[in-house]
Amino acid sequence: MPVAPNLFVTEPRLRLLGGRHRSSGRIVFPLPDDAAYERIELPPRGVLWSYTIQRIAPKSPPYRGGAFLPFAVGYVELPGALIVESRLTEVAFERLRVGMPMELTTMNVGDDSVGARQSYAFRPAPAAGTAA
Amino acid sequence: MTDVYIVGIGIHPFGRTANRSGLAQGEFAIRAALEDAGLRWSDMQFAFGGSDAAGNADTLVTQLGQTTLPFVNVLNGCATGGAALFGGSGAIRCGDADLGVVVGFDKHPRGAFDPMPQDWGLPAWYGEVGLMVTTQFFAMKLRRYMDLHGITSMTLARVAEKAFANGARAPHAWRREPLDLDAILNAPMVNDPLTKYMFCSPGEGGVALILASARKARELGRTQVRVTAVSMRTRPTGSFEVFAPSLDLERGESATAVASRAAFETAGIGPRDIDLAQLQDTESGAEIMHMAENGFCADGEQEQWLAEGRTRLDGALPINTDGGCLACGEPIGASGLRQVYENVVQLRGTGGARQVPGPLRNAYSHVYGAPGVSAAVILQC
Repeated sequence: MPVAPNLFVTEPRLRLLGGRHRSSGRIVFPLPDDAAYERIELPPRGVLWSYTIQRIAPKSPPYRGGAFLPFAVGYVELPGALIVESRLTEVAFERLRVGMPMELTTMNVGDDSVGARQSYAFRPAPAAGTAA
Repeated sequence: MTDVYIVGIGIHPFGRTANRSGLAQGEFAIRAALEDAGLRWSDMQFAFGGSDAAGNADTLVTQLGQTTLPFVNVLNGCATGGAALFGGSGAIRCGDADLGVVVGFDKHPRGAFDPMPQDWGLPAWYGEVGLMVTTQFFAMKLRRYMDLHGITSMTLARVAEKAFANGARAPHAWRREPLDLDAILNAPMVNDPLTKYMFCSPGEGGVALILASARKARELGRTQVRVTAVSMRTRPTGSFEVFAPSLDLERGESATAVASRAAFETAGIGPRDIDLAQLQDTESGAEIMHMAENGFCADGEQEQWLAEGRTRLDGALPINTDGGCLACGEPIGASGLRQVYENVVQLRGTGGARQVPGPLRNAYSHVYGAPGVSAAVILQC
């Protein structure tokens, strides 16, 4: 079960949902509940804009708790769209670099003790121009 | 338009004071400032003040005296002190009053600050996945800055080392023990690249300043320290702030950069004319980035500045001479005025063991608060 509706779609392919302002063209994430924004799918690949490692369990609530292991978070620059904040997954912390290619995936947050939910995340991608 | 002078200063020691409320620490600071100025509460024609989490400042009239003065409560996060000074100096400058007080105080328990998404207009999932964490923002703003401008972890450690060395010499500071570079670098990581000793902690404290018009300051024989600029700005388009699920591709400058330029323009001087500065140092990297955002150096030059000790007490531009937030802790409502208090102490030449060698003429202070508000103050003696 996703952490929220209208955050991402998995069919026919995984995409984050954003909003494009109908008059200004500004793109935002998440998709606002506002008729002034048109629903769009965001590019699934980009480059890491910045990152950090969360070494201490965030306060719960609002964090969806469960057993804590340090995790990576970052901002990923999606060309032509915007820079999106995200959990980072499937990467050794010491490999993280500003500018590295990233791609959209999903991950579970929380565990059986609190109920796992599916969220979006980014993971390292093959460099642009090579086959995914 | 009259000039504004600071004719009295008072501080309640920062840190932790059991059994004394934040309000009581604010009251303590006001009484100390009145005593310093040789004035009484009944002389005050206005008050501006606030706390983030320790109560309504205007209730202090119960303890200080119900003189019916206007008392404006201020709530602007870490910039609360700067905002109070912005209001108070404006009241004097426009001629409405010629004597008043600004006050800031707070009392946060250990591990305070647990924001909830709904209070920030954010969806619940943002907190559930682990993004509602203030320290992540500081770390990510810093990580990018370090990569773009060649700042190393050693430089972050040098900032903290300097803070604790200065704090050890400041009677009002919380952390009074120097820490060496190894201890700072090898401390547990909180949010990479920032270790435990590179972050300030929520704390307690109170500060008050008595402001006077030029005429009143002359009458009191207290014309030593003049406020030459107070600017306050909110975030411009494209600034990077805490709790942002997305950012526009086109990046802009910070509230700090805008507030700083405005302050220098008002004062009619530039960064090179400043003899010492107090800059918001929520964490080590904030001091580094704020050095450039306030115009004191170009991006990346901090690496050399810190290696050469240029921001130490005996350097070309001493920064955070009382140890800043790193050594004094962060009582949100009080920090902005602590910086101004410290600058007045230094300009008066009463800094004791932490006194910056003179002659001193211009002193600068800068606060930054979430979600993107900044104030800059320039004093001259």
